[in-house]
Amino acid sequence: MGKTVIEKIIQDHTKEEVKPGKIVWMDLDIRSARDFGGPNVVKNYEEEYGDAPVADRKKTFFTFDLCAPPSSLKYADNQQICREFARQQDIKVFDVDRGIGSHVLIEKGLARAGSTVVGTDSHLNILGAVGSFGQGMGDVDITFAFKTGKTWFEVPHTIKVLIKGSFSSPTTAKDLTLFILKKLGTKKAALKAVEFYGEAVRGLSLPGRITFCSMVTEMAGIIGFIPEFGDSLKTEIEDFSGAQFSPYEADEDCSYSDTAEINVSGLSPQVAVPFSPSNVQDVSELRGVKIDSGFIGSCTNGRTEDLALASQILKGKKIKEGVTFKVVPATKRVYKEILERGILEELFRSGAIISNPGCSGCAENREKEKLIWRARESWPHLVSQGT
Amino acid sequence: MEKSFIAGRIWVLSDQSNKLIEDIDTDQIFHNAFLHVTEVSQMGQYALGNLEGWKDFSKKARPGDILVAGRNFGAGSSRQHAVGCFISLKVGLILAPSFGAIYLRNAVNSGFPVLRCQELDELVAKKALATGDEIKVNFRSGEGLNVSRKTHFKAEPMSAVQYDIYEAGGLFNYGKRISKG
Repeated sequence: MGKTVIEKIIQDHTKEEVKPGKIVWMDLDIRSARDFGGPNVVKNYEEEYGDAPVADRKKTFFTFDLCAPPSSLKYADNQQICREFARQQDIKVFDVDRGIGSHVLIEKGLARAGSTVVGTDSHLNILGAVGSFGQGMGDVDITFAFKTGKTWFEVPHTIKVLIKGSFSSPTTAKDLTLFILKKLGTKKAALKAVEFYGEAVRGLSLPGRITFCSMVTEMAGIIGFIPEFGDSLKTEIEDFSGAQFSPYEADEDCSYSDTAEINVSGLSPQVAVPFSPSNVQDVSELRGVKIDSGFIGSCTNGRTEDLALASQILKGKKIKEGVTFKVVPATKRVYKEILERGILEELFRSGAIISNPGCSGCAENREKEKLIWRARESWPHLVSQGT
Repeated sequence: MEKSFIAGRIWVLSDQSNKLIEDIDTDQIFHNAFLHVTEVSQMGQYALGNLEGWKDFSKKARPGDILVAGRNFGAGSSRQHAVGCFISLKVGLILAPSFGAIYLRNAVNSGFPVLRCQELDELVAKKALATGDEIKVNFRSGEGLNVSRKTHFKAEPMSAVQYDIYEAGGLFNYGKRISKG
C-alpha cells in the first residue's frame, strides 16, 4: 500500500517498516535546543554523559530566541550555560542576535524538504512549511537526541483536508489559517499528520506557508504539510534557503484515517478572540472594540512580507496616542530586509516600536491590556482597525 | 531466560457505576501543589491524590500492584511527576485502552511499563476484571491471564522501541548502550 507524506519521511529515516500507530526509531537530521529547555538539556547531558561528545556536532545547534537579549540575570546565566557547553562540544550557536530558531533553520537550509528536525520549541512543526518533519520535544528527549542522533516516534495517522475556493486581498494567509483552525477545532487533527490540499493553499508563498503551518500546533496536530505548490514556489524556496526543494507527495493509494472539506470562498479578515486560538470571529463582529496595544511578529507573522503589508497600510498615518504598537522581525535577515527596503522607516514614522529579532510578544506575560496581535494567537488587521 | 511478564494485584480505576474513568489528567494523578518535589522517592505519597474516590491510593497500594485505567490516561500537561509517583510506589504496570501522548513518552522514557489494552472497558463492564484480582501479562506477546478467575485477555505487546528502553532501564541508559556500540 502507498504512503502519506509523513510516512515517507519517517520511512527514509528508519530501517523498520513504517505504518501508522507503530513506534519506530528514527534518525534525526537536525537536533536543536533553544534558550528555553536548552539549559536543562545541558544539565541532563552532563549528568548522564559527562563530557562525552554529541553524536554529530555538525547536526547539533543552539538557537537563542525566547528571551533575546536576556531580560534577567537568570536568562543571561541560562544562555551562558548553553554557550559554554557549545564551546566545549564545538557546536554552533545561533545567538541572541539571530532571531527565531525555526526560521533560522529554514533560512540556512538546515531544515529542508524530507528532513527530520527536533528541538525544544513546541512550534517546531512550523517546518512543515518547507516539507520538513519538525517536532518539538522535552529536554529529556532532546538530550538523548544530542547524544545518539535518534528519537523514537509513533508514526501518526494522516488526515486529508481539502480547502475549497479561494480568497483575495485584504484577506491573507493568516485569516485563512484562523478560519481553518476554527473549522477543524482542536480535536479533528489531534495527534495526526495533516495534508492540506486545494487552490487556496496551493498558491501560498513561503511566508504564507510558514504562517499556515505554524498553527498546526494550535490544531493539536503533529505536523501539517501542503504537498501541492505552484511553479514559482520551488525557485522561491531554493533562492531563500540555498537548499534543494523537492518535497514528497503522498502516493495515490495511501491511506488517510479521516478527511475534511472546508469552503473558504469569500473569506473575510478573521480575528481570534480570548481565550482560545480557535475562538475565531469575523472582524466585522468586533467593530468598536477599543485596543490598548498592537503587535506584529512571532514565528507566525514576523516575515518581511507581513511587515511590508503593515507599512503599506500605515503609510502616512500615525498610531493613536495611548496605543502602543510593537513590531518584531522574525530574524536578523528580516531586520536587514526591512531596513534596506525602507519598511522599518515607514513603521517608525507611524509610531511603531521596533525591537530586535526574536520571539518577543509570545513569550511575554501580559494580562491587563487589550491586545491586538498579528502573531500566533492574534488579532489581525489591527492597523486598519486600531489607528 | 529474560523476564517477559509482569504479574500483580490490580486496582481498577472505576467510578461508582463500575465504569473505567476516562481522561484522568496529570493534575488528577499528581496535584500541581506538589510539583516542587524533585525526589522520585518522595512522589509516591501524592499518587492519584487529586482523583475523586482514589485520594488514599498511596496508602493502599503495595509494590508490584497493577493499575487498570480508562482511555486517555495521563491526558493534559507534561509532568514527569505523574509517572514518577507510580515508580516511587513500585507500581508494576499500568493498563489502559490509550494514554495521553506526552504521558506515554514520559513513561516509556522512564522505562516504566505501560501497555494498551482495548478490551478493558468490556472486561470491567462484565466483571471479568475487578479490583483485587491477580493478573499476569506477557508484555512481549500481549497475552494476559486473570489468575484469580482463570480467564484470558489480550493487551498490545510492547513495541520493539519500548522494550529496548524498558530493558535498558530508561532512555538515558539506552543512549549510553547504543552510543558505545
